[in-house]
Amino acid sequence: MGKFLIRRLLQIIPVLFIISFVVFCLVFVAGDPVALMLPEDASPEDIEQLRESLGLNEPFHIQYFTYMLGLFQLDFGESFRYGQSALPIVLERLPATLELAAASMIVAIVIAIPLGIWSATKKNSPLDLLATGGSVLWKAMPNFWLGIMLILLFSVTLGWFPVSGRGNFSHLVLPALTLGTGIAAEMTRLIRSSMLEILNQDYIRTAKSKGIRDFYVVNKHAFRNALIPVVTITALQTSTVVGGTLITETVFSWPGLGQLLIQAVNTRDMAIVQASVFIIAFFVILMNLLADIIYKLLDPRIKY
Amino acid sequence: MSVNSQLQNQSQTITSSTKQTPSFFVRWLRLLLKSKTGTIGLIIVLAVTLVAIFAKSLAPHDPNLINPAMMLKPPVWADGGSSAHILGTDNLGRDILSRIIYGSQISLAVGISAVALAGAIGVFVGLIAGYYGGLIDNILMRLVDSFLAIPTILFALVILSIFGPSVTTLIVVLGITNWVQYARLVRGEVLSIKEREFVKAAKSIGVRNNKIIMKHLLPNVISPFIVISTLSVATTIILEASLSFLGLGIQPPTISWGGILSDGRDYIATSWWLAAFPGMAITITVLAIIFLGDWLRDVLDPRANN
Repeated sequence: MGKFLIRRLLQIIPVLFIISFVVFCLVFVAGDPVALMLPEDASPEDIEQLRESLGLNEPFHIQYFTYMLGLFQLDFGESFRYGQSALPIVLERLPATLELAAASMIVAIVIAIPLGIWSATKKNSPLDLLATGGSVLWKAMPNFWLGIMLILLFSVTLGWFPVSGRGNFSHLVLPALTLGTGIAAEMTRLIRSSMLEILNQDYIRTAKSKGIRDFYVVNKHAFRNALIPVVTITALQTSTVVGGTLITETVFSWPGLGQLLIQAVNTRDMAIVQASVFIIAFFVILMNLLADIIYKLLDPRIKY
Repeated sequence: MSVNSQLQNQSQTITSSTKQTPSFFVRWLRLLLKSKTGTIGLIIVLAVTLVAIFAKSLAPHDPNLINPAMMLKPPVWADGGSSAHILGTDNLGRDILSRIIYGSQISLAVGISAVALAGAIGVFVGLIAGYYGGLIDNILMRLVDSFLAIPTILFALVILSIFGPSVTTLIVVLGITNWVQYARLVRGEVLSIKEREFVKAAKSIGVRNNKIIMKHLLPNVISPFIVISTLSVATTIILEASLSFLGLGIQPPTISWGGILSDGRDYIATSWWLAAFPGMAITITVLAIIFLGDWLRDVLDPRANN
């Protein structure tokens, strides 16, 4: 396990390098932010001076070196819009995003696990058809549209929940439902097909023929094994979930990382963009690592 | 005739035996009609395609015609609706139905072109990585890992913010953010196919590498590729709508479903139809493509069918 962990951690390094390089190249290609930072009537001398002081006149490799040097000190440069270092601004928004992501994950798990198991054990029953049909429908619905429709129904028409913003629990309900049901759709499908495969195996038949009650066979014998592929694929979906948060945050004006990032993209505040992209990518990689570890804990047969 | 070309012929008959039977279309049609969802999917996809092609003659109004006298008219069945605007009008008095009809053009065009681009890059990388293995494979797969660590929408946002939104940029962006899944798929397939006898035989008699890749490996990865591509058109349509919704995709006056939805969002409290109908158009189209894709998977890739 220790060896595996070390090897897995070492594999992260080149990936982080490539990401940082790609992000740097994009920003390099984007051209200089000087025009946006100075007032419109700035003289050419002023522009030149600012370019010089920001190091934008240096050749590509020197700029990359300075950038990497900053990166090792977790310095992504200064946001010209906020006039301060980018990373703290990004980190400040992180709790809101994590709150939304965690709440959505809980919604997804609460829906998907019972529904997935149920529809697998009662294949082709009305409930199974409802679950499979629902998960296809949810996959086809754009998440932001679902969010808007939920606002229309529960906020505008019924007045049960606030339309937007972050505050108490009632603010969290609609965004978490929007994102959570979206994740649940995919998860239900996975758990169902994984359970169906397991329920056909010999050891399940043996357990049943020994007279163990169905409840235990399904939940103790089958579900644990069915979880293995579900965990991996769910973790690989972290990236999709994070993408979903970006859009859900915009729909509900949720003051998280997504909203910050989209503002930064619109104002071309590249320091914020770089820091956000890096933090998000790091988070996704971390989740993938976590998935590998859980994978190993769930299935002791797996050797690395 | 050399052993080489005989081998090739043999492998081609193996991979495309279905394609050489005379009743090709009849067989497929029969298989299609067996699946209810597949039939529905095909009918809707054909209908949407036809609507997109003949948008000009089908749309009851000019989709960009601003008419202040007809602002925010509800759909025909609601109170105050008019039969001239079946699905109502938006805040500028433009006909929603006509806008949705024209919007189908962009959705389909962007969806299909982006998938074609992604497929071309992905298949190329996957073939190279899978066939050559070793260092090349390692480098390409680390590249794939890096792309997987950045959420597609995030990557698209950053590129669009730099190069500015336009239809071409959007297609290129969606293309280069989606190639990864094809690369992984094709690489996986190639890894197993290259161990099969016919590839080893071709290698042992000295067939050149690029010929093996093009003639022996490529035809064998086409089936899973078609399945993934179809489903990918569906996700790309959603992604395009999301980006247009965020204001970074298709720009007015070009009409897109995501754009109509984004316009309608501000009027959600008073005029629900502005946001509801374009969303339905996206959902129905994507659902139909998923149905069609699932059917294709059942037909082309019996292994994946459980």
